Amino acid sequence: MLEIKKLHASINGKEILKGLSLSVKPGEVHAIMGPNGAGKSTLASVLSGNQNYEVTNGEVSFYGKDLLSLPPEDRSREGVFLSFQYPVEIPGVSMTNFMRTAVNEHRKYKNLDPISASDFLKMMREKKELVELDNKLANRSVNEGFSGGEKKRNEIFQMAMLDPRLSILDETDSGLDIDALRIVASGVNKLRRSDNATIVITHYQRLLDYIVPDFIHVLYNGRIVKTGGKELALELEEKGYDWIKKEIDG
Amino acid sequence: MSEELLDQVTQADYKYGFTTDIETDIIPIGLSEEVVRLISKKKNEPEWMLEFRLKAYRHWTTMKMPEWAHLNIPQIDYQSIAYYAAPRKNAPQSLDEVDPELIKTFDKLGISLEEQKMLSGVAVDVVMDSVSVKTTFKEKLNEMGIIFCSFSEAVENHPELVKQYMGSVVPYTDNFFATLNCAVFSDGSFVYIPKGVRCPMELSTYFRINAINTGQFERTLIVADEDSYVSYLEGCTAPMRDENQLHAAIVEIIAMKNAEVKYSTVQNWYPGDKNGVGGIYNFVTKRGICKGDNSKISWTQVETGSAVTWKYPSCILLGDNSSAEFYSVAVTNHHQQADTGTKMLHIGKNTKSHILSKGISAGVSQNSYRGLVRINKAADNARNFSQCDSLLLGDKCGAHTFPYMEVYNDSAMVEHEATTSKINEDQIFYCNQRGISTEDAVGLIVNGYAKEVLNQLPMEFAVEAQKLLQITLEGSVG
Repeated sequence: MLEIKKLHASINGKEILKGLSLSVKPGEVHAIMGPNGAGKSTLASVLSGNQNYEVTNGEVSFYGKDLLSLPPEDRSREGVFLSFQYPVEIPGVSMTNFMRTAVNEHRKYKNLDPISASDFLKMMREKKELVELDNKLANRSVNEGFSGGEKKRNEIFQMAMLDPRLSILDETDSGLDIDALRIVASGVNKLRRSDNATIVITHYQRLLDYIVPDFIHVLYNGRIVKTGGKELALELEEKGYDWIKKEIDG
Repeated sequence: MSEELLDQVTQADYKYGFTTDIETDIIPIGLSEEVVRLISKKKNEPEWMLEFRLKAYRHWTTMKMPEWAHLNIPQIDYQSIAYYAAPRKNAPQSLDEVDPELIKTFDKLGISLEEQKMLSGVAVDVVMDSVSVKTTFKEKLNEMGIIFCSFSEAVENHPELVKQYMGSVVPYTDNFFATLNCAVFSDGSFVYIPKGVRCPMELSTYFRINAINTGQFERTLIVADEDSYVSYLEGCTAPMRDENQLHAAIVEIIAMKNAEVKYSTVQNWYPGDKNGVGGIYNFVTKRGICKGDNSKISWTQVETGSAVTWKYPSCILLGDNSSAEFYSVAVTNHHQQADTGTKMLHIGKNTKSHILSKGISAGVSQNSYRGLVRINKAADNARNFSQCDSLLLGDKCGAHTFPYMEVYNDSAMVEHEATTSKINEDQIFYCNQRGISTEDAVGLIVNGYAKEVLNQLPMEFAVEAQKLLQITLEGSVG
C-alpha cells in the first residue's frame, strides 16, 4: 500500500531524510525506532504533508497514488492518519463539531452524503468507549485543557472515527503513564485489521510490548539502517543505539 | 444612474417646483435646507418633525467630520450624495418578489428570508431602499399592545411616543454623523413594548442598500416600558457595489425600570473588493439608556462588512442596579478598516457593565477596539470587566486597542484584559491532517475564537454569523 523510495527531505535547508526507503503492506505493523535526531518525526511530518518540510528527492506512492503531490487534507481523505506527538489545542471548537466536520469531509471525498446527526452521535459513543474517553471530553474544545494522556487518547479516538488505511503513530507513548499506555495500545490493537496498516514511531521498546510489530526498522542519520522482527526491539533496549551507530559510522 | 437621467430628474424637479407631486422618487443630489424640506414633505411629515430635521441640519452645517478614529477615510463630498430614494415602481410588494440577488445572498448563508419568516416565527420588517415595504406579524403583536412598525408610521400614528423619546438618548447635536442622520433620515424601525409585556418573538429587520449613490440613513427607536422584555435583531446584507456609499444610522434604546432589551446585529455591508475599491462607509451612533432601576441592555454585534466601520454601541447606566453588556466580533479583511467598541457610562449605584470584544484582522486591514468606561462620582459600587482580544491572520494587518477609563468613585472596580494572538499554522495543519481544508480550518478556528460572542446571538442568527465569518475570511490564508 505504501512505497517510499529514496526519500530526501529537509527543513530550513538542512537535510534530515537522506534516501529513506520503506515498504508497507496491508495488515502490517511497522515500528520505527532510532536515536534522537535520526529523522523519525520528520518522516511522519513528510508523509502527512507538513509544509515546513521540503521534499528534495524520492517518491512516495500510496495505493498507486503519488502521495507527495496531494495536499495534506487529501492525504487524510485518502486514508493517511497521523497521531500527533504534540496534539494542538483549538479553543472554542468542540470535539463534536471538529470531528463532524472531518468525518463529513472524508465522506464528501468518497461522494457520500453527510452523516446524519443521530448516526454521528452513535458513532462518537462507540468510538469513545474504545479508548475509554470520558463523555465530557468530547464536549470540550479540541484538546483544550486535556492532560497529556487525554490528548493521546483523543488522537486514537479520532483515528477510530476516521478509520484510516494507514496510521502513523508519532511517539504516541511519550508522556503516558502505564495505565494510559495500556488503554491507548489496546485501542490501536482493536483497530488493527487485515486491510489497514500502522507505522509506530517510538523511542522505547515499552510500547511495543503492547502493540506488537511485524517489523522493526532502525532509523539513523536519515536512513533505515537495520530491519528486523520484534526481537530487535529487545536488543536495542538492552544495548542502546551505539552499536548500530558504530556499525554504520565505523 | 446616468448623468443624463439625473439631469432630467433634477430639471423635472425644478420645472414643477417643490410643491407639486413628483413622478420620480429621486430627490436632487446634494444637501440643503430645501432638500431637507423636500424629504419631510415626501414623507408627509408633521411640522414638528420638519422642525427637528431643520434644527439638526442647521447645526450640522457648523460641524466638522471627526478625525480622531484610527481610520483613513477619503474626502467625502456630502454635496454629491443623494439623500433620499423611495422604492421604485417595481419594488417588491411581497417577499416572493424580492430581488433574487438578496435571495442569493441568503442562500449562500443557508437561510432564505422566507425560511426565516416561516420557520423561526421572526417578524420581519424589510427595509428596501430606505422605505419599509413590508411589515409582518404586526397584528399578532398589536394584540399584546406591542408597536413594531416603520419609523414613518410611528411618526404618523404614535407622534406622542416619538416626540417624547426621539433624540432623548442621542441628541440631534450629538456628533457629525448623528446630526446628519437627524436632518435627512429616511426611515427605520420603531418598537414600543408596554409595561409588563414580554415580547414573544425576536423582532427583526433586514436592511439593505439598493440604490446607487444613495446614503442610507436609518433610525431605530426602541422603548421598553417597565417590566418588559424584547430581543431585537438587525441584519444587513448588501449586494456587490463598486461605488462608495455613505451610511449613517442612529439606534436609540430606552429601558425603563426592570426592563431588558437585547439588541443583536449582524452587519454585512459590501466591504469593497480585494483592492479596496468601493464598499460602504458605515458611521453608526448606537446608544441605550438604562433609565430605570434594575434595567438591562445588551448589545451583541458581528461586524464583517463595510469598507469603513465607525461604531460604538454604548450604554448610559442611569438606574440603580442596572447592567449593560457589549459583545462584539469585528472581522476585517483586505482593505477594510474598523474602529469599533463601546462606551459604558456608570451613573447609578451598583451598576455593572461587561465588555467582550473579539477582533479578527486579515489581509492589509486595520481593526481597532476603542472603549470608554466612565464611573461617575455618585456611581457607588460600580463594576466593569472588559476583555479585548485580537486575532491576526497574516503579517500585513493591524490590530489596535484603545481602552479609556475614567473613574471618579473610589468604590469602583474596573478590570481590563487584552490579548493579541496570531492564527497558528500548527492548528491549521492539525485540521488539514484530519481532512479539513485550510479555508474550512480557518473558519473553524475563527468561529471557535469568537464563540463566546456568537453564543450571545439568537440561534438562527448565530448560524448565519458563523457562515459570514468564514465567507469574509475566504482566501485570507494560504
